[in-house]
Amino acid sequence: MRAIGLILAGGSNNKMRELSNKRAIAAMPVAGSYRSIDFALSNMSNSHIQKVAVLTQYNARSLNEHLSSSKWWDFGRKQGGLYIFTPMVTADNSWWYRGTADAMYQNLNFLKNSHEPYVVIASGDGIYKLDYNKVLEYHIVKRADVTVVCTDIDGDDINRFGVLKMNEESRIEEFEEKPMVTQSHTISTGIYVLRRRQLIEMLEKCAQEDRHDFVKDILIRYKNLKRIYGYKIKDYWSNISTVESYYKTNMDFLRPDVREYFFREGPEIKTKIDDLPPAKYNPGAKVKNSLIASGCIINGEVENSVLFKNVFVGNNCVIKNSIILNEVYLGDNTHIENCVVESRDTIRANSYHYGEDGIKIVVEKNERYVL
Amino acid sequence: MIKKEMIAMLLAGGQGSRLGVLTEKVAKPAVSFGGKYRIIDFPLSNCINSGIDTVGVLTQYQPLLLNTHIGIGIPWDLDKNEGGVTVLPPYEKSTNSEWYTGTANAIYQNMDYMAQYNPDYVLILSGDHIYKMDYEVMLDFHKANKADVTIATMPVPLEEASRFGIVVTDETNRITQFEEKPEKPSSNLASMGIYIFSWPILKEALLAKKDQNNLDFGMHVLPYCHEKKQRLFAYEYNGYWKDVGTLGSYWEANMELIDIIPEFNLYEEFWKIYTKGDIIPPQYISQEAVIGKSLIGEGSEIHGEVQNSVIGPNVYIGPGTVVKDSVIMRNTSIGRNATVDKSIVAESVKIGNNVTLGAGEEAENVAKPKVYSFGLVTIGEHSVIPDGVTIGKNTAISGETTMDDYPGGTLQSGGVIAKDGESA
Repeated sequence: MRAIGLILAGGSNNKMRELSNKRAIAAMPVAGSYRSIDFALSNMSNSHIQKVAVLTQYNARSLNEHLSSSKWWDFGRKQGGLYIFTPMVTADNSWWYRGTADAMYQNLNFLKNSHEPYVVIASGDGIYKLDYNKVLEYHIVKRADVTVVCTDIDGDDINRFGVLKMNEESRIEEFEEKPMVTQSHTISTGIYVLRRRQLIEMLEKCAQEDRHDFVKDILIRYKNLKRIYGYKIKDYWSNISTVESYYKTNMDFLRPDVREYFFREGPEIKTKIDDLPPAKYNPGAKVKNSLIASGCIINGEVENSVLFKNVFVGNNCVIKNSIILNEVYLGDNTHIENCVVESRDTIRANSYHYGEDGIKIVVEKNERYVL
Repeated sequence: MIKKEMIAMLLAGGQGSRLGVLTEKVAKPAVSFGGKYRIIDFPLSNCINSGIDTVGVLTQYQPLLLNTHIGIGIPWDLDKNEGGVTVLPPYEKSTNSEWYTGTANAIYQNMDYMAQYNPDYVLILSGDHIYKMDYEVMLDFHKANKADVTIATMPVPLEEASRFGIVVTDETNRITQFEEKPEKPSSNLASMGIYIFSWPILKEALLAKKDQNNLDFGMHVLPYCHEKKQRLFAYEYNGYWKDVGTLGSYWEANMELIDIIPEFNLYEEFWKIYTKGDIIPPQYISQEAVIGKSLIGEGSEIHGEVQNSVIGPNVYIGPGTVVKDSVIMRNTSIGRNATVDKSIVAESVKIGNNVTLGAGEEAENVAKPKVYSFGLVTIGEHSVIPDGVTIGKNTAISGETTMDDYPGGTLQSGGVIAKDGESA
């Protein structure tokens, strides 16, 4: 492959509410069996990008655990590999990553020491499938300096994205970061392709001026100077970085078309294998329109929900329209509706949780060994 | 020099002919079990959980699926720089090339493999049992008794004892008598086919008996060691151990996993069973599905009803279909409005709409009454069953069948359809 990969997985934001207390957004469990970063990593691997760096900062340990072995995504080869870069103190730098551009600038040596001519930059919170080779071909045909992968969305969610407008040649003419009001429906997905030397040059210039953000300080400032093109994708794409979109994205997997696209059609999304036994249904189990991951033991009622790995559902439980993260224990007679239940929670018997206006996040202590 | 205290030799070459069409194209150790596993996962996981990181797997009969499954041993952490898993098929030699003709003959032919690890002990395992066992505890027992050979045994009902190799022991657990499938057993301690040999003893015995036809551990090597007054000990094991050598016991062992608290528990954190987990997505249970007591594997889509069954990964069960008391292996799909009753359906089978499996009264199987009994319907891998047919009990089907194979749309109880391969 002619490109190396960079995955920006550093951030946290308060829109994830309590869910980001424990982990980086890129480490959020998605669709029963996966973590958010699996999608970017699998896309890289499936596009034959062999050398990938993950830039992470906030609560990096959660991500480190997931990436403790790179073999699941077929990295860890003599040629290439998976690198995890957290901020570090050096003779001439003692800052955290102050922004996306700064994160890359602090790892400039990685970029300089590679020999592949191109760089694919992706974020760790996108749920999608994409052959980056297609974007790269497009980038070359358009003789672009930077290619931004973009997609059309509708809804009022738009003001949390970079919004752009392209001319008939697909060159980006307007680019606003998180605008309050906008006419456009086209947003940046946070996936970029550019020449490695171009990136190094831009990052160095940016650092000299003491600027740190890739979108604000590079893309938007350069948009009239450099040839910045948009590559529009029409397949499924979703960003999980708010509670509402996280919830919706998981629920999307209850749709047959989404399951077909991600679960059955190649190429496959890979993840760390957990070696859990098959899901077990005991008398009293009543499951409707739900995704159930391996290792679950179900004694109660589950409807329109996503159960992640190793969830235990006690007798007479009712779970509706909810997302139950890994290794949750639900005691008997518990009612959970419109909730996201944080992983490893122990929900005591006879509990009642109902998200009345919006999604409720249930965080309980893990008292497994006390009960 | 490489040195391993104990290495394991896993006998996985047998056909397991009593599993009928299930092992027509698959070696018995590679047959699916408990939804996502294959039988060989149990001894392999036991090895790595017991700290044995060097395992030779002896293959001979239909090894393709077995080889693909084992690969370089990644799922069991047996991809090691030194040791790890090695698949050992029979090979041509400058003189005397032969197949593996018996259990001990297979080990004898791989003397060089064992010697290169310079082991103190060699553990002999077979790839067709379901159990969890710490071989290290057995090794401790072997050492404490200064034994030459230790045989893992378990008590069986006396009336069944004549099916096994039986040992008689004194009060120190030393074996005083050894009987292979005796008509009148003098004890109920059955050999489990798991042996620890001190390496010099094994080497000596195999060399001494190498010209014996069909050299077998139970028939020849152990009696030889016994005659030579070597120290043979019986290690008594009392946990769950299941020989899944017949369709009936295979089906039963699967059904036992569904119990609320199964005797053989796969849900414990401790002593995990590892397997090649190539199917990742969660399973989907649809709005119209009804799921009773069952195990269901990853990536399956259930639109019908499943009761008291073990469903493997990536299985599709269509709307209106009822699956009861059955084992459905991976990648199989069942159409709409079908009825599947007390059946074993192997991997990648396609069952059409409105098919009935397990209909009517039992009748003796016409081809192999001893294999196809227990009232089961058995369907071999990659079989196809056309829409609308009815299939009775004690039946077997393998290959792509069409309407023409079912006179009147029916396969009567006791019938066999074998479309590919020699015989069912």
